[in-house]
Amino acid sequence: MKKSSKYLLLSGNEAIALGAFEASVKVASAYPGTPSTEILEALSQYEGVYTEWAPNEKVAMEVALGASFAGVRAMVSMKHVGLNVASDPLFTAAYTGVRGGLVVVTADDPEMHSSQNAQDNRNYSIASKIPMLEPSDSHEAKEFTKIAFRLSERFDTPVLLRTTTRVSHVSGIVRKGKIEESRVEPGIVKIPEKFVMLPVNARKRRVELHRRLQKLRKYAERFPENRLFWANPEIGVITSGVSYLYVREALPEVSVLKLGMVYPLPERLIKDFASKVKRLYVVEELDPFLELQIKAMGVECIGKEVIPEYGELNPELVRAAIVGKKKRRVFSSVDIPRRPPVMCPGCPHRGLFYVLSKLKVFVSGDIGCYTLAASRPLSAMDTCVCMGASVGGAHGMEKALGEDSLGKIVAVIGDSTFVHSGITGLIDIVYNKGFSTVIILDNRTTAMTGHQPNPASGITVKGEKTEEIDLEALCKAIGVKHVYTVNPHDINTTKKIIEKELKRSAPSVIITKYPCVLLPEERRKKKPIYMVISEKCKGCRICLKIGCPAIHWTAGKGKRKGKARIDAILCNGCGECELLCKFNAIVIEENGGEKKKKN
Amino acid sequence: MVVKRRKRTDSSDEKGNILFCGVGGQGILLASEVVGYALIQNGFDVKKSEVHGMAQRGGSVEAFLRFGKKVYSPLIEPTTVDIQVSFELLESLRYLPMLGKQSRIIVNTQKIPPLSVSTGIETYPDGIIERLKGFGLEVYPIDAFQISKEIGEVRTVNMVLVGALSNFLPVDEDAFLDVIKWRVPERFREVNLEAFKRGRGLIDNIK
Repeated sequence: MKKSSKYLLLSGNEAIALGAFEASVKVASAYPGTPSTEILEALSQYEGVYTEWAPNEKVAMEVALGASFAGVRAMVSMKHVGLNVASDPLFTAAYTGVRGGLVVVTADDPEMHSSQNAQDNRNYSIASKIPMLEPSDSHEAKEFTKIAFRLSERFDTPVLLRTTTRVSHVSGIVRKGKIEESRVEPGIVKIPEKFVMLPVNARKRRVELHRRLQKLRKYAERFPENRLFWANPEIGVITSGVSYLYVREALPEVSVLKLGMVYPLPERLIKDFASKVKRLYVVEELDPFLELQIKAMGVECIGKEVIPEYGELNPELVRAAIVGKKKRRVFSSVDIPRRPPVMCPGCPHRGLFYVLSKLKVFVSGDIGCYTLAASRPLSAMDTCVCMGASVGGAHGMEKALGEDSLGKIVAVIGDSTFVHSGITGLIDIVYNKGFSTVIILDNRTTAMTGHQPNPASGITVKGEKTEEIDLEALCKAIGVKHVYTVNPHDINTTKKIIEKELKRSAPSVIITKYPCVLLPEERRKKKPIYMVISEKCKGCRICLKIGCPAIHWTAGKGKRKGKARIDAILCNGCGECELLCKFNAIVIEENGGEKKKKN
Repeated sequence: MVVKRRKRTDSSDEKGNILFCGVGGQGILLASEVVGYALIQNGFDVKKSEVHGMAQRGGSVEAFLRFGKKVYSPLIEPTTVDIQVSFELLESLRYLPMLGKQSRIIVNTQKIPPLSVSTGIETYPDGIIERLKGFGLEVYPIDAFQISKEIGEVRTVNMVLVGALSNFLPVDEDAFLDVIKWRVPERFREVNLEAFKRGRGLIDNIK
């Protein structure tokens, strides 16, 4: 008889969602951010779980905490920098503790594949005194999520679950498991001494927090996911997360203590392991997080002396650090044109940044697809720090420079980013008599992370219609007197409005509103295709200045001049190049003239 | 989305490192998933690694797929790629340090110029296939784009390449066909199955 086992190939993120579902999570909130986004996306596909995109991570954390207070299991997920935003409720949630299990997922990005920094969020566990689990693959991601819910209820604490890009975005084999229910009774329960963190209560909870940590320290000694793999006692390695996989791959002969819980640490277990091996290494990505704690125990170990302190690790780095062998390359890399990410053909951000590059203003930038405008040929972004920083940043520069800066600085921020944390910056500008020009790039979606809807797009995570924020009305209500909405593909009108508003010594908001070309409903639309009439093209190259991947340059030879050409397959019919061409060489293709974009 | 996994009775130590590379939007992630599931169905452990987010906007994209009895690291080490499947011609030259003498290269000869090339700042290199062959590598150039046009759906380039790749994997054809049937939306099923079969039939002719 055939044994019919069921196997899934799931990414770490999908596995966390399955684990949460099997743990009977009832409420999950998140703000999208690579590499965490797919956790909530996957969870939203399961029946019986309320899921939502929150405006930002702080709200998401508060929603999950509220759900936990109401006695159901709740989860909140975000990228590493998102936890900075959510850290305010997180730190005090450590004091209140929970009713229903509360799991906080943070996905770090040590190599900065898609992030502005590479902070090590394991530090948050020590700082907030909240236990942290760290899975190394998809199987563990699912199991650890379930364990996290159990520990949360057992120890009355939120539990942090930390992944990195190579856990979140690596797929491995996962088996479906049993659904387990929480024993907590949902309902409204008033426990002011636990939930109302007035100083008088908080001081008592602080003592409770200390006691809880002592209990967790004891528990860590017998936590089954702190695992020992005995081999040669010459070399011992303490490691966790994906680094464990690199150690096993690179050094199958060494003894390993794999920590499933990275805070608090099992001191006796570590000392015992250390005493049985000749040389002890700590292998971890980013900060010497385990290493410093282990050294503080008085245990001698080798860590960041040999293991890099930034970037992702890999088996080769680990092998080279410990046994000093690096493979020789068979072939060395060759110099070929690079292929960095670019704005798509027909991207509604392109025209705006072309205008800004022409105006030669200082562009206070933000986080989203539009950050790609910093690259050539647009080169039209001058700062990028964190979600929402463009607005406050522009205001700060203008206050520093006074009236001299009028007309020279502009803030750009996407619709989702504006809702996330740009609104408060705008309030600051109005309240403190600033004169900034803020451009909201409303492409109707959170594009860079894979097109999640947001409060300004009026659609929920489940694809249902909901109230849509009226950005114009919102800005006016804040007190901005000059608010305009333009189609950014209309380069000339966009330029006129920006020029006018830059000179204004009062705050103004310009909303450049046009849907992202990758949205399914945009892909289905019939669009014109543009072409270059070769005889009319003078080879002036102005159309190349917008950096559209659909426009190709054919270099001239001898007497023959160079000319532009449009790739009909790539063209999305935005028409910006037609507006730029001074010789009317760019026109809509005549034969049919349009293509039905298939989805 | 679940597959049955055959018990591997033979104690074979078959394992492999597959590097998929190309340009964001070419269907690389779906291709690597189909291959991953086909390997699981044949009893292998599999790890598949990819990067999402910013890189996907028309930039270079890579995905690692490793299989064997037990796979630890999701990352392929330099020089140890067994098969590189390049979805675009220029991209086949980007990962040379990952390759060794044993590497086979299946390459879609379709050219997608990077922005620096299309705007005339740099030129698209010539003679890429010859260069790869010059390194002593086994190279299988395939015009997957042309084949997908013949099939009538240009978004089947990825399945043509999966078909070609399938010749080199310890997995029977049926496993691939099964996975494509449940993984691909119904209205694209037939064209994808055809693309796979066309791709699978190509390698013998090249040899």
